[in-house]
Formats: sequence, C-alpha cells, structure tokens
Amino acid sequence: MSGLVQRKVGTSLGLFLLLSGVLHAAKIGELVDTSWTEQAVRFWHFTDPAVRYAFLGSLFMGISCGLLGGFIVVRKLALVGDTLSHAVLPGVAFGFLWAGGKDVWTIFIGATIAGLLGTTLVSLIVRTTRIREDSALGMVLAGFFAVGVCLLTIIQNLEMSGKAGLDKFMFGQAAALAEADILMMGVVAAAALILVFFLYKEFLILSFDRAFGAALGLPVRILDGLLMFLLACSVVISLQACGVVLVSAMLITPAASAYLLTDRMHRLLATSVVFGCATGVLGSFFSFLGNNLPTGPFMVIAASLVFFLTFLFAPRYGIIPRRLRWRGQCKRVALENTLKAVYHALEIKKFSDRHVTLGELAQRRNTSTILVKQEVDALVRERLAFISAEKSGSLLEEQALLLDHKGWVRACEIVRNHRLWEFYLTHEADYAVDHVHEDAEKIEHILGESAVRALERKLNFPRKDPHGKLIPSLEDIHYGNF
Amino acid sequence: MNLLRNIIPPLDVDLVFVRPWTTYLDSYGWIFLMGFLVAAACGLIGNYIVLRRIALVGDAISHSLLPGIVVAFLVTQSRGGFPVLIGAVAAGILTTVLIDVISKKSRVKSDAALGITFSTLFALGVILIALYADHVDLDADCVLYGEIAFIPLAETLDIAGLNWGPWPVVRMGLVCLLTLSLILLYYKELLVTSFDPGLALSLGIPAAWFHYGLMIGLSIVIVSAFEAVGVILVIAMLIFPGVTGSLLSTRLPVILGLSVAFPVLYSLLGVHLALWLDCSIAGAMAVVALGLFLVVWIGVLLKGLIPCEVQKATP
Repeated sequence: MSGLVQRKVGTSLGLFLLLSGVLHAAKIGELVDTSWTEQAVRFWHFTDPAVRYAFLGSLFMGISCGLLGGFIVVRKLALVGDTLSHAVLPGVAFGFLWAGGKDVWTIFIGATIAGLLGTTLVSLIVRTTRIREDSALGMVLAGFFAVGVCLLTIIQNLEMSGKAGLDKFMFGQAAALAEADILMMGVVAAAALILVFFLYKEFLILSFDRAFGAALGLPVRILDGLLMFLLACSVVISLQACGVVLVSAMLITPAASAYLLTDRMHRLLATSVVFGCATGVLGSFFSFLGNNLPTGPFMVIAASLVFFLTFLFAPRYGIIPRRLRWRGQCKRVALENTLKAVYHALEIKKFSDRHVTLGELAQRRNTSTILVKQEVDALVRERLAFISAEKSGSLLEEQALLLDHKGWVRACEIVRNHRLWEFYLTHEADYAVDHVHEDAEKIEHILGESAVRALERKLNFPRKDPHGKLIPSLEDIHYGNF
Repeated sequence: MNLLRNIIPPLDVDLVFVRPWTTYLDSYGWIFLMGFLVAAACGLIGNYIVLRRIALVGDAISHSLLPGIVVAFLVTQSRGGFPVLIGAVAAGILTTVLIDVISKKSRVKSDAALGITFSTLFALGVILIALYADHVDLDADCVLYGEIAFIPLAETLDIAGLNWGPWPVVRMGLVCLLTLSLILLYYKELLVTSFDPGLALSLGIPAAWFHYGLMIGLSIVIVSAFEAVGVILVIAMLIFPGVTGSLLSTRLPVILGLSVAFPVLYSLLGVHLALWLDCSIAGAMAVVALGLFLVVWIGVLLKGLIPCEVQKATP
C-alpha cells in the first residue's frame, strides 16, 4: 500500500481509537471484573457519585424526552426527532472546536443551533421544491451527520487536549456525566416542564387542530418554533446519556407506549415521562451490571420492551385485549342471530307452540341441521335455551328447543331493535321499505337500552314495523303478551 | 477565524490533486472506483424509495441490518460472503414486516413505528457486539462510519490468470451491475408500482411482491456498501442522487441517468476534499453530495426568480 493511503489509514485508525470508546469506555464507573450482584447492590446504594449522576441524568432525560416525545408522537413528527438527533453532530464538533475543549455550554449551544438549522432547512426544502418531506428529512439527517463525521475526524488530527470526551456523544455514557452536565440537564428539564405546564393549552390545540389555533389568534409559528427549540434542547442534553444515534428512540418509544394506554393528552405526557425515567434508569442499571456494556442501547431495549408489552396488553389498544373483545363480540352476535331465528320460527307458528324443532330452525336459517345443532349447542351452553326431552323426536331434526326466560327476553330485544330501526329508517330517514333490512341487521346488535328508549319515544311507541310485523315492546317481552 | 484556520488546512495542490493521479494511482484508482460504485448502486435503487416516499425506510433498514450481520457472523464466523448477506436480507425483511405490523395493528403511526423498529434492532446489534466483543471481529464504529481507505486491496480476484481487481471492489461492481440490470428488466413494473399501486394491481402486477423485492434489493445494496460508507452515510448515497436529479428533470430515465452521473462527482470531489481536509472519505463524499444538492437547489430557486419572459428570450 502506498504512503498516502497509509496516511489515510493512520487517520482512520485515529478515528477508531477516538470512537472505539463506544464499546470499551461506555461502561458506568471504572469497574473491572466484579460480579453482577455486587454491581446491582452498588447501583441501588447510590454511594458512588458516578451512579448518582447517572441516575439523575437518566431522570432528567426521561422528563424532557418524555414530555416532548408525547407531542412529536401525536403530531406525527417522530422522524423529525430522528433527523434532529443526527443533525446536532456538527454542532457538537463546532462547539468543541470553539471552546477548544469539552465545554458543556458551548457544545450545548452549538448542537442546538445545528439542530434548529437542520429542521429549518427541511421546512425550506419542502416549501420551495417538489421534494417530499421524507426525502428532505433523510437528506438533512445524512448530510449534517456527514459534516459532523468530517469535523470529528479533523478534530482527531488536531493538536488538542481533552479530545477523549467527544466519543461519549456517539452511544452515550451515563456515568461520564459530570456535575456541569447534570446542571444543564436539570435546567432544560425544568424549563421543559414549566413551559409545557404554562403553555399546555396552546400546545394541545396546536397538536390536534392547527387551523383552529390560528383562528383563535394564537401565534402558531412562534409556538411551533418554541416546541422545536425545546425538542432540540432535549435531544442535546440526552446526547451524553444516550448517544446521537439512539436518542430519537428515547423521544419516540416511551411516548408511543403511553399513546397506546390513554386518550387524554395530559395522561399521555405523564405516562410518557414515567416510562422515559424508568427506562432511562433501567438502561443505566443494566449497563452497570456487566463490564464494557454501553448505556444507550440498553435504555432503548428497555423502552422497546415496555412498548412491546403495551403493544400486546394495553387494555384498550393492545392486540390481545382487542382480539379477545372481537372474539367475544363475534360469539355474542352469533348467539343473538340464533335467538332471532328461534323468534322468527315461533312467530311463523303465531306463538301457538313454545317449542321449535331444529329442522324448522335449519329451514329458517337456510342451512344444514348439523350447523344449526352447533349454534343451538352454543345457546344451551350459555343457558339461554334447553332441549326439551319429552317433545323431542328421535331424529336430529326433531329435537325441540325451548327458550329459557333469559333467552326469550334477549330474542325479543334483538327483534325489537331490528324492527324499531327499520321503522326509524323508513319514517325518519326516508328509506325505501326494501332497503332497511341490511342496516338493521348490523345495528340490532349494537343498540343499547337507552338508545332504544329514545327511539321508542321519538317514534311514539310504534307497534308494527314497515313490513307489518309486531315490534315487541317492554310489556310484551316481560309478560309474554302474544 | 482561528477556528476556521484550525479546521481547514492550507491547500496543498500537489498532495491533493496531483499525487492521487500520478504516484499513487494504483491505490487511489480503486478508491475512486469503489466510491463511484457504492454511490451509483445506492443512487439507482434509492430513486425508487424516494419516489415511493419511503426514503426513511432506507434509513431504518440500514440501521436494522446490524443484528442480522452480527448474528450471521457469530453463527458462521465469517465476515464476508453469503451468510452475512442472508443475515442482512433477513433483518431487512424483518424490519419491513415489523414496521407494517406495528403501524397496522395499533394506533401508532407509521413514522413512530419506523423509529421504534430500527432503534430497537440497532440497539440489539450494538449490545450483541458488546457482549461478544471477544468473538466478533466487527467494530460498531466501522459499521457506523465505514472507511473506503480500509478496503483490503490486497485480496484480489484472479480468474483465468487475469487480475480482475480487489475482491471488495469487484463485489460492489457486481452488485451495481445487478441493480442496474434488474431495474432495466423490471423498469415498467417498478415505474407503475411506484407511482400508482392501484393501477399496478389492476394491470396484474403484484405490487406487494415488488415492494418486498425492492426492500430485499435495498438490504443487499446496503450490506455491500456499509463496509465502505457505514450505515448512516449510506442514506446520503441512497437519497441525494435521486433527489438532486429530480430537481433537474421530471423524466425518470433522465433522473436514473443523473443518479449514475452524480456519483462520479461525489467520488472524485469527495476523495480530493478528504485529502485536503484530512478527514473520512465517506464523510467527505456525503458532504459533497449535500453541497451539490444545495448548489442545484439554489440554482433552481434563482431560475424560478427570473421572469418567464427572460427565460424564453434566452435561447
């Protein structure tokens, strides 16, 4: 290999040495070969100042990222957070060069400016060209990051002291946080809390209905800028704890988990802050257990685990509860359809007999006796009906079904819902008589008791549906006036 | 201005412009070629993710390939070659499926789903590297930045007594050729599915298959390129050529041509810039890509400011 390439290799090796701290230096405390149980005890005793700072840092990060993350998740700005976190890198390098060392506030200012420059550039590109937002975000993300990488490699070749601190910005190291860092993180977290508290209403309106906010006379642009500024600050203070590459996850993941748990914005923000703090501390803790373990990835994995659990089990929006509810619904609709068929079969016989044979039901449902038998078995299991032994014949079709009182009431209710709705559609919504059945088939399972009462009052207690059949009323149902 | 003088060393014309083309051409030639091939392969396939408005899926996939590569490496203990490719493709498909599942099965929007998926997988990869650091001859930094100058030039491919060049360059060339030929072969289908999936379905083109095919192609291109440019800068190579081209033309064939032409500039200017500033070549190439985009963008804006009459009057 020629000399010039060797020089290049030397430079790059230097870069490696500068940044290979990612894996080797990114452990909490300068600990070598201790068992993980001892480490766990040490962590929760908080005697080590590095542990205390890591703990506080994780909390402050959780607060600011959780708060701002809530807004970016509901506003679908998650990828703006990602872009912002990559775009701050040149600012970090510039701040470092400007101060001639790792000065907390200079780097903070530089990184915040770079982040805001990046987001401004994205909106400028989108506004002036046909380029889509996703491409613009990707370009700014990669372009700014490239400038940062170049600057970092240049810094490595400069004759400067204190270069070692820069490697913490790639994957973060909670234990490398010093008192000045904690102070800065605390200030930003407090500022985020105070601003969100006092401007909660404004931010809320902006997140869900910008046009309404503008109509109210809110300074939409300024508020947007403020939110973006807070976001940039949160990203920048989290860099040292979580790293440039993964900090966007600490914005998105806790907030997305909270989003699955609640519909109210203030609860979402609170939950997201709790998740952010908890996963931040957990991440620091797990990286503390082993030697040579980075901090940022553990925080992200902890946050992702929380998300995974809420994704599966969140009471309202989780996959499993939703699937269970759906299956319960399906079962209920099937039962109600069978009950309705029994009612219709009874109605054909003008309620002269209280028994229905499976053969009649099969004819009514237009299906085979075997399938009807399965449906009827489901009714029997739910104790809504039973097979009457003395009335049954020996064949399957001749088995006689008798509704229990509960089943009878439910059957009447379903038929009443159906016919009431048909009546409502023809009389109030001007539907043709032959168009109302399909709608009623769906709504009959959903109408609640109060809606039915309101309908009855509105329609003045009708007795006959548009097809001339009886609409069973409350008295009919309970006293069996047929 | 002490700051600027710190960053920008005086321009040494001999070192920056002359010697790469004379004394050290045998190694710099390959570096130029490698830079071009990486950017061209990425730029060609990148056009389609830009068109489909899923540019950041490229970002997601490039990050999530890491655990796939590490697992393949841990299982087979070989760094290059087929297993790593399979690991990467599997990770790429997993990413696409996960993003789909999260955004379709919950109320979380697709942008947040994307962020969650790639950060989780990337974190998993970094932790795997950290836990098995003794067994993995793989460096998280190398994955993040890559370095074209690190490409082993000594390993050459010799077939039929002829020296075809260093193996990584040949491999990248093959990937580039494969990308180009697949795009030419399925040009019509890719065009229709990118612009109008509904029309594609009605014409009998399986849009979903093309989507997944594109993701697999993307995974292959990224995994071949990541040693040279790293997982983050590869996004620059994916997006910049197509977007810069789309500012200059509205015809896809022209944009595709431009996205092969721009990489020549990226490679040439990038290597010289890296030599001048003494920084990472991949970083410099991406900076050139950003600069070129800014120049074209400002040019287009200025052209828009000139009244139409003047534009028509000038021949």
